[in-house]
Amino acid sequence: MTTTTEAPPAGQARFDELIAADSRIEPRDWMPDDYRRTLIRQMSQHAHSEIIGMQPEANWISRAPSLKRKAILMAKVQDEAGHGLYLYSATETLGITRDELTEQLLAGRAKYSSIFNYPTLSWADIGAIGWLVDGAAICNQVPLCRCSYAPYGRAMVRICKEESFHQRQGFEILLSLMHGTPEQQRMAQDAVDRWYWPSLMMFGPPDADSPNSARSMAWHIKRFSNDELRQRFVAMLVPQAEALGVTLPDPDLHWNEERQAYDLGPIDWSELQEVIAGRGPCNAQRMQRRREAHEEGRWVREAAAAYAAKRAHPETAEAVA
Amino acid sequence: MNAEPWPLWEVFVRASRGLSHVHVGSLHAPDEQLALRNARDLYTRRGEGVSIWVVRSDRITASDPDAKDAFFTSPEGKNFRHATYYTAAEGVKHL
Repeated sequence: MTTTTEAPPAGQARFDELIAADSRIEPRDWMPDDYRRTLIRQMSQHAHSEIIGMQPEANWISRAPSLKRKAILMAKVQDEAGHGLYLYSATETLGITRDELTEQLLAGRAKYSSIFNYPTLSWADIGAIGWLVDGAAICNQVPLCRCSYAPYGRAMVRICKEESFHQRQGFEILLSLMHGTPEQQRMAQDAVDRWYWPSLMMFGPPDADSPNSARSMAWHIKRFSNDELRQRFVAMLVPQAEALGVTLPDPDLHWNEERQAYDLGPIDWSELQEVIAGRGPCNAQRMQRRREAHEEGRWVREAAAAYAAKRAHPETAEAVA
Repeated sequence: MNAEPWPLWEVFVRASRGLSHVHVGSLHAPDEQLALRNARDLYTRRGEGVSIWVVRSDRITASDPDAKDAFFTSPEGKNFRHATYYTAAEGVKHL
């Protein structure tokens, strides 16, 4: 890692000036160590989430109800891989290597979004993930397009464009089920019941318990608080749930005329803490699968490297063979 | 881990005929052929391009961001290089 510990003359002043002007910080600009560390942590967690996020959906590729649905799901999972790669590249501009990032994930030292530690039990879960999980991700990610760290913002612009397909395809899956048999309708409702609360937790703890939020907002990494984004998300969901004909599983959810906002029932934060602590339904399985995939791909990486070396130095390679 | 990390490549995509190649991001690949294939898979999944360039990142020479002021001072005070500097022709057509 190439971190600058001491500010060059005027480094901090220049940084503050750029942030105050709501301008962007580019990789080779001087930046405070904490700003760099915060971004490496946030961006790499984001990248790891995209990579791990391929697993719950890939679970249904072989069992998608039609060839078209299967092709769509494959395209979506491919997008998640792509998003992971955009974000890894953007993170590397902060001076950490790809191998270090991969190593942190495989060793279990890095976190990824807890939402991916829940199982996908039925086909309707693929719909609920697209509608709720990708919907929440979009709420989080759209403001990140204006993140002060330019490479992160640029990656997010590309990602957001692609995510909107994800959310719509999820909505469509649920809508088809809601227009189906009573059993299919129950399947859709059951998936919404299971994914609703975890998707609200994706915005992170309440503002009062989110000590780093204020600093990230001052640095223009974050633009809105966790609670603001959660609120915005629910306001978006309510009419969509009506259009689908599903019920959001919160009996206390209602419009508060005075606040001009929705009141939500209590969120069970102990559940999020449990999942973050590694005791969610699928934590072990997700990590095991990622490690296996990394090992199973080793020969491909080695073969590609050997082929590249052979093409670069044909004489030496021939002699070895 | 890979014994030796794959080099980083910068990717430039031409969106359609008549436009310049524009930088879209970077990726790792062992050689230029795979860099090009990976770039196609990663950056043109929705028909975003008709042509791709890949360049090894370590082959790029860049100006120093800290020397920005000294390096780019020359155009300052030379606003006569812009058409808007010349106002005498105001009201005259096709000028």
